[in-house]
Amino acid sequence: MEDLLNAFFLMSNFVFVPAIAYGSQLALGAVGVTLVYGILRFSNFAHGDIMAFGTMVVILFTWLFQSYGINLGPLPTAILALPFGIIATAIFLLGSDKFVYKFYREKKAIPVTYLIASVGIMFVLNGIVRFIIGPNDQRFADGERFIIKAKAMKQYLGTAEGVSIKVSQGLTVITAVIVVMALFWFLNKTRTGKSMRAFSDNEDLALLSGISPDKVVSVTWILVAILATIAGTLYGLDKSFKPFTYFMLLLPIFASAIVGGLGNPLGAIAGGFVIAFSEIMITYPYKKFVAYIVPGDWKPDGLVQLLATDYKFAVSFIILVLVLLFKPTGIFAGKSV
Amino acid sequence: MTLNRNILYFTIMALLLLGVGLFQSWNVSLSILNLCLISAIMALGVNIQWGYAGLFNVGIMGFAALGGLAAVLVAMPPIEGAWDKGGWGALGGLLLAVISIALAVFTYKKMKIGKYRTISIVAICIIGFFLSRYIFGPATHAIESINPAKSGYLGGLGLPIVISWPIGGLFAGIAAWVIGKITLGLRSDYLAIATLGISEIIIAVLKHEDWMTRGVKNVIGMPRPVPYEVNLQTTEWFLDMSNWFGTDPVGFSSIFVKICYAGLFIVMLLIVLWLSETALKSPWGRMMRAIRDNEVSANAMGKNVTKRHLQVFVLGSVVVGIAGAMLTTLDGQLTPTSYQPLRFTFLIWIMVIVGGSGNNWGAILGGFVIWFFWIEAEPLGLLLMNVITSGMSEDSGLRLHLINSAAHMRLMTMGIILLLVLRFSPRGLLPEKS
Amino acid sequence: MSYLVGDNMTGGYGAADILHGCNIIAEKGEIAVIVGPNGAGKSTAMKAIFGMLNIHTGSILLDGENITSLSPQARVAKGMAFVPQTSNVFPTMSVEENLEMGAFLRRDDISKTMDEVFDLFPILKDKRSQNAGELSGGQRQQVAVGRALMTQPKVLMLDEPTAGVSPIVMDELFDNIIEVARTGITILMVEQNARQALNIADKGYVMVQGRNKFTDTGQVLLNNPEVRKSFLGG
Repeated sequence: MEDLLNAFFLMSNFVFVPAIAYGSQLALGAVGVTLVYGILRFSNFAHGDIMAFGTMVVILFTWLFQSYGINLGPLPTAILALPFGIIATAIFLLGSDKFVYKFYREKKAIPVTYLIASVGIMFVLNGIVRFIIGPNDQRFADGERFIIKAKAMKQYLGTAEGVSIKVSQGLTVITAVIVVMALFWFLNKTRTGKSMRAFSDNEDLALLSGISPDKVVSVTWILVAILATIAGTLYGLDKSFKPFTYFMLLLPIFASAIVGGLGNPLGAIAGGFVIAFSEIMITYPYKKFVAYIVPGDWKPDGLVQLLATDYKFAVSFIILVLVLLFKPTGIFAGKSV
Repeated sequence: MTLNRNILYFTIMALLLLGVGLFQSWNVSLSILNLCLISAIMALGVNIQWGYAGLFNVGIMGFAALGGLAAVLVAMPPIEGAWDKGGWGALGGLLLAVISIALAVFTYKKMKIGKYRTISIVAICIIGFFLSRYIFGPATHAIESINPAKSGYLGGLGLPIVISWPIGGLFAGIAAWVIGKITLGLRSDYLAIATLGISEIIIAVLKHEDWMTRGVKNVIGMPRPVPYEVNLQTTEWFLDMSNWFGTDPVGFSSIFVKICYAGLFIVMLLIVLWLSETALKSPWGRMMRAIRDNEVSANAMGKNVTKRHLQVFVLGSVVVGIAGAMLTTLDGQLTPTSYQPLRFTFLIWIMVIVGGSGNNWGAILGGFVIWFFWIEAEPLGLLLMNVITSGMSEDSGLRLHLINSAAHMRLMTMGIILLLVLRFSPRGLLPEKS
Repeated sequence: MSYLVGDNMTGGYGAADILHGCNIIAEKGEIAVIVGPNGAGKSTAMKAIFGMLNIHTGSILLDGENITSLSPQARVAKGMAFVPQTSNVFPTMSVEENLEMGAFLRRDDISKTMDEVFDLFPILKDKRSQNAGELSGGQRQQVAVGRALMTQPKVLMLDEPTAGVSPIVMDELFDNIIEVARTGITILMVEQNARQALNIADKGYVMVQGRNKFTDTGQVLLNNPEVRKSFLGG
């Protein structure tokens, strides 16, 4: 009995808790990608770098606040800096739309042109971020580190295993829930939100109904700024900030959005968790876990790991390929092929 | 008109390289030239995909890396005992994995849709996975345990490295076929995302499969298709030639080696260019462009668009793979960590777009121009930063930061160049002949 | 002065003209129907009136005002509404939301107009929270017409509203259209089902190769032997 409890705690500590946090981060990123796809109809290759840009501004303001001695006690100071990161990112995105994407929209360019333009934006962002903050790891988490410590839990319960939950993980999940609820309220209940859905559903008819494309697009970019900055900051608090890592997040984020059905925000959230859980469960070594649930002398010698952690990107990719092969519209039918 | 423009641009390019040779050094100039040549071949490969058929491949890095892998597998001397200890096991494990995937595909195609089909496929995959792991795991461990500091991998076949060029193309072609089979026919975005994914995975394999590539320990000292400097310096005819030019034999030997590489690469570039141009002008090329310009009507005319796209995607990737093998040959080593998507995928894209999509000469010019500026932007940026910050005090934090970060400016510059060309001159420097 | 006039329209999508001096006129509260063989430019004529393609000769007048140079969006604001033939609803939005989007430009209380639409199409009231994409073809057409009515238009333009629906649903739709016309809204529609459409038409236009071939009341056209022979199948 106690072994089973230990096994459960072990899995919670190393699989469930991290996967829920990572899944929330991916979900927020994927919703951003899916919104751009639904409204502007292209896959935004700059999304990872947009996240990096927003997070960078948040980090700079965090440092500024820290130098003034401003903090939030147990919570990370970065929360205070979030609005500044969002504003800066929104300004950049609206500017990039005005100077880059708008031209192609008016020309009714084919989707792949937007894709290439987004690669250009990606380069620019890449340069800006590396120029200002450098290519290296930055840590900016402060305040308390843990909500629950495994050690304290072990002592209290007298078990061999315990679960620790980091502040950043708790914060990630709570923030993600709030943001997603606010987003769905916006999309389903407000006039502007509904007009965005209408635009995504049927652009021509939306125009015939008098919906202004410029307004819809601007609101979309602002939402993307909010989602990307929050997702990036949460990821950075939970792990660390490194520009290249954010670029690499592009693959799991796209995989999440496609698995859920491109253009479908609800699907993007589900997709984020599918990818996060698969990635962590497939690369977790189950050696200790198996030792708890089998009789003593059956203990495995190897790590009992399905795939080395080095190949975690392969998990996103394989899921992506399976979805493309068997259900290209995603689990929640998004825009068709 | 176009011919004049071709000549003009290529002359300017040659003058720029000469200028670097005269004012900086011939060594630098030739290094740039060699990488320009390889970049041009890669750009040709991408142009086949994008310019002929409008396919957006974001996995160039992966295909180039497969070329690099081919160089190791073909040219490195075999490690003694590695094959006996685990080589066959590793190969057998891989073979089992491939067989189980093939079996799963076969089952998928032959059995009736339903519960039993799903169960069989899942069972085949699971059994295949564990069986191949069971054979593969110990075998690779055995290989990696052979003198890990110096070898710890299988080694290669010990053949001349030039043979790895077509083999690299073959590897890249096979990978492209698999990806193309899955994603072509779907939206263009899916091909882009899938190629992005496969290239990351190829790099991960190179980094972590030590038994094959030594991973991050790198494979160094690969055999060359050209003479070694130290050997040249003791060869009679070379010393005579050096004397005749009136140069120092040590410096001249390194220039001579680079010229040899350049000669090989030029031959390769001309072959690929000739083949590309012939293909472009053939009925096949005309059909490709017709499909690109109007997929719907081409489909309606009974052309199998997806099949044509698959052909062109594989061909383009083969060229990229060849260029990748050439690059590793030039470097003389395989360093998996050096494969960065910004450098290997997106930079090549900028070359193609700036040069002129659909025009092979444009792709070559783009390869030259962009590579030249990619290299020269660094000293220029540093110079610029030094000028800007010259008013600041020596130890000013801002000044140090700006100077240290100057290297990152070129990323931004490349992005801006791409956006400007796309907007104001979408047909590039040398537009496609219509 | 007639309420809606498309006068001497000449133009097309690209280099080649599709319309050649085509005239379409509809009075207030009248049902005008454009019929003709495939490729005659029926839909093109309607789209020209709505401003979805450029005409280089001729003019469009609405209630005496020249609107030739206005964009379709501006024409919506002027009181014109258009129901496209295909993809004329927002498929992942509920019926109610579809109607709300129709009234996007209005800032006043739209609940009264929505009740009127529900009175006209009672089935939609039951399905108000269902997604439009999940409805049957006929119900989708009702949503499409309802969406257009939400702008409280003075002119309602329908591009083949009965394409792809069953004969029973078609009769029902035509009844609905008559009802709409009775409220004083001018109706202009393009129809494949020429006989049924001319039956309810106050005015009929038979178009051939971008030109008016016959123009008269619906009944007269139905009785015209030449029209019957060539366009109504005997």
